[in-house]
Amino acid sequence: MPSTRRLWLAAGLGSVLLRPAWGTPEALEAALREFTGGAPVREGRVRFEIAPLVENGNTVPITIAAESPMTAADHVQALAVFNSGNPQPQVAVFRFGPRAGRALVHTRIRLSDSQRLLAVARTSDGNYWSRSADVIVTIAACVES
Amino acid sequence: MARTLITMPERARRGEVIEIRTLISHAMETGYRRDADGRLLPRDILRRFTCRYDGELVFGAELHAAVAANPYIAFHTVATATGVLAFSWEGDNDFVHTESRTLVVT
Repeated sequence: MPSTRRLWLAAGLGSVLLRPAWGTPEALEAALREFTGGAPVREGRVRFEIAPLVENGNTVPITIAAESPMTAADHVQALAVFNSGNPQPQVAVFRFGPRAGRALVHTRIRLSDSQRLLAVARTSDGNYWSRSADVIVTIAACVES
Repeated sequence: MARTLITMPERARRGEVIEIRTLISHAMETGYRRDADGRLLPRDILRRFTCRYDGELVFGAELHAAVAANPYIAFHTVATATGVLAFSWEGDNDFVHTESRTLVVT
């Protein structure tokens, strides 16, 4: 009888090898670079609200926000959301003028698997701030026809 | 024609930050799903949403396939003067839908 440890090791290896080519952290990195132009991204100032345990990946409510006075001189220009487990790393980019009043947006997204999400804010002085969120999805989007 | 639902106050005080909630009926077909015969369903999604307040862009969004069907987007704007808010959704297959609402500022 093979040892349970070996079975677990084999299962672990299988899950790594069988992972589809899409939804890699590298794809997320590339999409992030496209948004920031390679500028450094610091963690903080961004709020990312999402349920840590999602029952249905087809419609997942999220709220993303960034602290900002939202004046013409100092405001958040954009909030971008990226994912690491869907076929495409981009989710959405929200753009704000100073007249938006608040750098806050609610929307609903799709998640094809349990994964890490990243929200990135670009401020009018050219700085980037981020916040990540880990989500466990029990029913994935994209699987049903 | 797509159905939309826009929820916002009809009037606001000058300088008040108001919330605008928008919903549009759209399948947001990702391009990654297959039909019963295994053929890939072509992508048909909304790519862009904008809100202009008296012509000035106050909020915009670029959407990808990861946005859920019937896109719901809620955001804010500062009530500056009585005027028209114009909403526009654009997408694949030349999809365009526009709506407008008047905001009375006192």
